[in-house]
Amino acid sequence: MSAGRRAIPALLLLLGLIAIWELYVEVKGSSFSTAILPAPHQVASALYDDRALLWSNFLVTAKEVLLGILLAAVLGAILSVAIHFSPTLRRAVYPLTVASQAVPVPILAPVLAFWLGFGLLPKLMVVALVSFFSVVVTTTAGLAAVDPDLVKLMRTFDASRLRTFRHIELPSALPGVFAGAKIAVAVSVIGAVLAEYMGSNSGLGYVILVSEPQLLVARAVAAVVILSLFAIALFALLGLIERLALPWVYRSPAEQAT
Amino acid sequence: MIEAPPEEPRELNAALDFVRVELVSRGFETRHGRVQALAGMSLHAAPREVVAVVGPSGCGKSTLLELICKLQKPDAGTIEAGPAALMPQRDLLLPWLSAIDNAALALRARGISRVQARSIAAPWLERFGLARFEHTRPAELSGGMRQRVSFLRTLLAGKPVLALDEPFAALDAITRQEMQGWLGHVLESEPRTVILVTHDVEEAVMLGDRVVVMSPRPGHTVSEIEVPLTRPRKRTDPAVVDLRERALTALGVQA
Repeated sequence: MSAGRRAIPALLLLLGLIAIWELYVEVKGSSFSTAILPAPHQVASALYDDRALLWSNFLVTAKEVLLGILLAAVLGAILSVAIHFSPTLRRAVYPLTVASQAVPVPILAPVLAFWLGFGLLPKLMVVALVSFFSVVVTTTAGLAAVDPDLVKLMRTFDASRLRTFRHIELPSALPGVFAGAKIAVAVSVIGAVLAEYMGSNSGLGYVILVSEPQLLVARAVAAVVILSLFAIALFALLGLIERLALPWVYRSPAEQAT
Repeated sequence: MIEAPPEEPRELNAALDFVRVELVSRGFETRHGRVQALAGMSLHAAPREVVAVVGPSGCGKSTLLELICKLQKPDAGTIEAGPAALMPQRDLLLPWLSAIDNAALALRARGISRVQARSIAAPWLERFGLARFEHTRPAELSGGMRQRVSFLRTLLAGKPVLALDEPFAALDAITRQEMQGWLGHVLESEPRTVILVTHDVEEAVMLGDRVVVMSPRPGHTVSEIEVPLTRPRKRTDPAVVDLRERALTALGVQA
């Protein structure tokens, strides 16, 4: 089945949901659609009319999310390796890592803005912080799942701890880094938007923040549509990079049949 | 960086190519209490002798190999053995490496560069009929080919003693018979001191110079059967059939 045909069920479902949404707003009347929830056709025209504004602010948010996830993947992978080698470090750091996930971004963002200003850096920190945990969990699981018999085998080959890590554990951990980054896509977009809410003058989060009080709800929803599409694209992009970088993780159906 | 000199598996230290296990005991603490894997186990292998160890499931065969490979220490008794390389029961090939890089893993583990490790492994892949599959990943290799790569990886570790843990147990019956013939052939041209653990009595008689029969857990030697036959051996040879029956009787299996 081609990729196009596989997309048909998702597109049909989406069209159905949009139709229901359109009808619902129609029934509720015009005061509802200007103040609470705009109809899809209003969102579509906002997407078109405000395309320059939305695009330039999208680039700001996309940069925050991409760099934030990258930062989370690198730091998360490094911490996972450190935790893998030191049970003491695991006991010390793991509870704090979990706790960091429970800190609401609206509380954290102003503090970061106070320290780091209103530019890219505080948003990057928020995105990295909310993405970090899933990377650490999946990478640590990947490292822990290395077959102990394989480690024994390397010992009979006189491999040092470092070479065993390089040849066995590190490649085993890489799929976990990607899995964690993919899980983090949605939360990282939310994180970037909330960080923009808390202190910024650009980005789609900022667009949403200033559009709502001006009763430009359609524009705010248009920004949300772009964010959703971005999350899907980012998820697909990570999958593509993983496929290219770690081809052994995926096997075509033809190979699996043999 | 100075690379270690390439070590051909041929260059073996003749003084260290034997195995002597004397009255070894080894137990483990588990959630269900203490399990005694081995109790008073003795076994020896002369240089370049193939000793096949058969025994019922859970009789401590894998523990015995790990002791010989110095992955564990015995609770009692002594073990003298030359440097030994393990061939695990499951092939445990690395899915991200090609056949040649999997075969060369032991060389890489010693710090030999990838280029040099490949140049050492390549002629061996050819000898093992795997030349065409050098760059193929394990997922696309057949079970028999995977076991050949796995064996080659152990061989290229350059250790005088090979500890083979049920190497063909995971294969289908036809491939297993093929592989047994193949291993017998390889050991003719590349003689090593081999401890071959198996639960397949026929495999033991086909490949071993001597068959050591172990008791159920706690494992110890109950019988040793010499196999004074030349190779290649035939399954249907009356002498093979007779030795197989003797081993089965020693295991307590009634024909």
